[in-house]
Amino acid sequence: MSSSVESLVGKEYKYGFVTDIESDIAPRGLNEDTIRLISAKKVEPQWLLDWRLKAYRGWLKMSEPHWSNVKYDPIDYQSIRYYAAPKTTKPLGSLDEVDPKLRETYEKLGIPLSEQKLLAGVAVDAIFDSVSVGTTYKAKLAEQGIIFCSFGEAVREHPDLVQKYLGSVVPLSDNFFAALNSAVFSDGSFVYVPKGVKCPLELSTYFRINAAGTGQFERTLIIADEGASVSYLEGCTAPKRDENQLHAAVVELIALEGATIKYSTVQNWYAGDERGVGGVFNFVTKRGKCVGANSKISWTQVETGSAITWKYPSVILQGDNSVGEFYSVAVVNGKQQADTGTKMIHLGKNTRSTIVSKGISAGEGQNSYRGLVKIMPKADRARNYTQCDSMLVGNRCGAHTFPYIDVQNSTAALEHEASTSKIGEDQIFYLKQRGLNTENAISMIVNGFCKEVFKELPMEFAVEAQKLLTVTLEGSVG
Amino acid sequence: MLEIKDLYASAGTKEILKGISLKVNPGEIHAIMGPNGSGKSTLAQVLAGHPAFEVTRGQVLFEGQNLLDLQPEERAQAGIFLAFQYPVELPGITNAYFLRAAYNEMRKARGQEEVDPMDFLDLLEEKLKVVDWGPEIMQRPVNAGFSGGEKKRNEILQLAVLEPKLAILDETDSGLDIDALRTVAEGVNRLRHPDKAFIIITHYQRLLNYIVPDYVHVLSSGRVVMSGGKDLALELEAKGYEWVDAQAEALAR
Repeated sequence: MSSSVESLVGKEYKYGFVTDIESDIAPRGLNEDTIRLISAKKVEPQWLLDWRLKAYRGWLKMSEPHWSNVKYDPIDYQSIRYYAAPKTTKPLGSLDEVDPKLRETYEKLGIPLSEQKLLAGVAVDAIFDSVSVGTTYKAKLAEQGIIFCSFGEAVREHPDLVQKYLGSVVPLSDNFFAALNSAVFSDGSFVYVPKGVKCPLELSTYFRINAAGTGQFERTLIIADEGASVSYLEGCTAPKRDENQLHAAVVELIALEGATIKYSTVQNWYAGDERGVGGVFNFVTKRGKCVGANSKISWTQVETGSAITWKYPSVILQGDNSVGEFYSVAVVNGKQQADTGTKMIHLGKNTRSTIVSKGISAGEGQNSYRGLVKIMPKADRARNYTQCDSMLVGNRCGAHTFPYIDVQNSTAALEHEASTSKIGEDQIFYLKQRGLNTENAISMIVNGFCKEVFKELPMEFAVEAQKLLTVTLEGSVG
Repeated sequence: MLEIKDLYASAGTKEILKGISLKVNPGEIHAIMGPNGSGKSTLAQVLAGHPAFEVTRGQVLFEGQNLLDLQPEERAQAGIFLAFQYPVELPGITNAYFLRAAYNEMRKARGQEEVDPMDFLDLLEEKLKVVDWGPEIMQRPVNAGFSGGEKKRNEILQLAVLEPKLAILDETDSGLDIDALRTVAEGVNRLRHPDKAFIIITHYQRLLNYIVPDYVHVLSSGRVVMSGGKDLALELEAKGYEWVDAQAEALAR
């Protein structure tokens, strides 16, 4: 048992490079002036500044939550820079004007910004530190009335939509990190799909933290109007740094009657080194609201990075017959900690939710699933199916499950299945005896374990996710 | 093809194999019998390279190559196949995907190109006949939820697809009812070939009624205490393993 189950840790983090680019950076620390500065940099309307200040004042009265199953040194919120932007001399007229160094960064990440080279059928918005550096395929999408742009641009061009929906799913006082984000968020993506339109492209945003000592606080707002549908994917990377970087994003999804939103995440923030130094603190609030009847929101996440992940993509099932889904793969290795899961809040009649969570723990990683299924009194005949599987690699890691169930309507039907397994020496030996090397054997076992989640991802990203998983686990079994 | 010379192996501090010597030529079928704990399965695992066992003395040559220097996957690629006594379950991985991956590893090791998925399906269709199975089995996850008999049949299917030079069957008959036993044995008989050899490990003589061996070796306490032709198995069945133990004691004296 000795040789085999203990050695894939410590494959070099491929995205750990730093781009040497001049930045426009706010001084460290947070006060009302910082917020006014951010708002002024972004030339925001008064209502948004007021909204930010209200969030900030609320945040001051809140305290950091510590109920999750993760441990970390206290965060000094006054040592963080809340705004960093690559310096540009003038506003960009087209994607061709993007700084070559930035373009290079995205090329290295495998995300070409030029539209010609783009993967067929994927439109990309790229966020570098605090600002969006370019959105592709905008014109093509606009033909169908679809808006896909940076959040900042949406505030300028579509203020009514932003004002109507911002904070409608995650109120500014929702929780400590959401309140902080509401006060200081810098940029993010905005999507609006009009009535009856099926978005013909996968929409995708890549987030990159570059500048040192900065936090990233992006805000994403996606609205699918009646009968509309959209599939959206986000990817994230960061350079290797010895300090912890804070990422506190908020994502709000709104599905009106008959609308469908599919939101997929492949999260690969820097996880810190093998001793647990550095890495991103990923404290994210993601929530969708099925406002209208027969609407559907589906979250799929593959979480392989970050030193700490604290994230519960949730669905409020308000409309009758609405559907919520959560498919998750969370991998921890080295000293990574993840506390992730979902909340399914059933308000409407005949609402249905499905939760499939796959946690893989390797090295000294700690992985927790935390989920709430809540059936409110008027949610007649609500149904939930939860499946929660954990896999352990080696014997120094941990897997924890915290399912909460709150049923206030006797017609509800809930199912919960859970399992824990260990990647065994015997499984690996079996595959080796059939000619596969250790790495391929582990990759096959783990991908088999995660199959139900990977099949929910758009094709190209499923392949990427499989590879990412193999790289993350490399060295954990040898 | 295979030459085992004075092989000693232990699991932790416990010595299990205590000087095994055996020679297997192409085309031969060798049966290895013996009571529980005699080291039969350990021998199979050691030949396949299971990391739980340490070889402390001796040598194993496979086609002139020092087998003990090779990783388990290299041994498999060199043409050694172990049909497991307890095949593991691989949830989420279909039989078709698994078999193609293994088949391609063997091809790559021989410097051949990977097989086209459609061509592989044609190949599978042929091989499924060996174990009398329909194509639906290929979409089921490897061994997950399989009955004991199905798992053993699946081992024989893998054997048929991978076409090794030397196949070691580790108690493939254990836990099988008579029909399953017959299917498995017929599968093996179809795979007999002048260039290929089999080592069949079994506790009972029963399997050897269907797969007739050229040689029978009896293991006791980690040593080969008797070798003979196929009749030895019948004699053993009649006299029981106590008879073997008596012989072993005589040998040790």
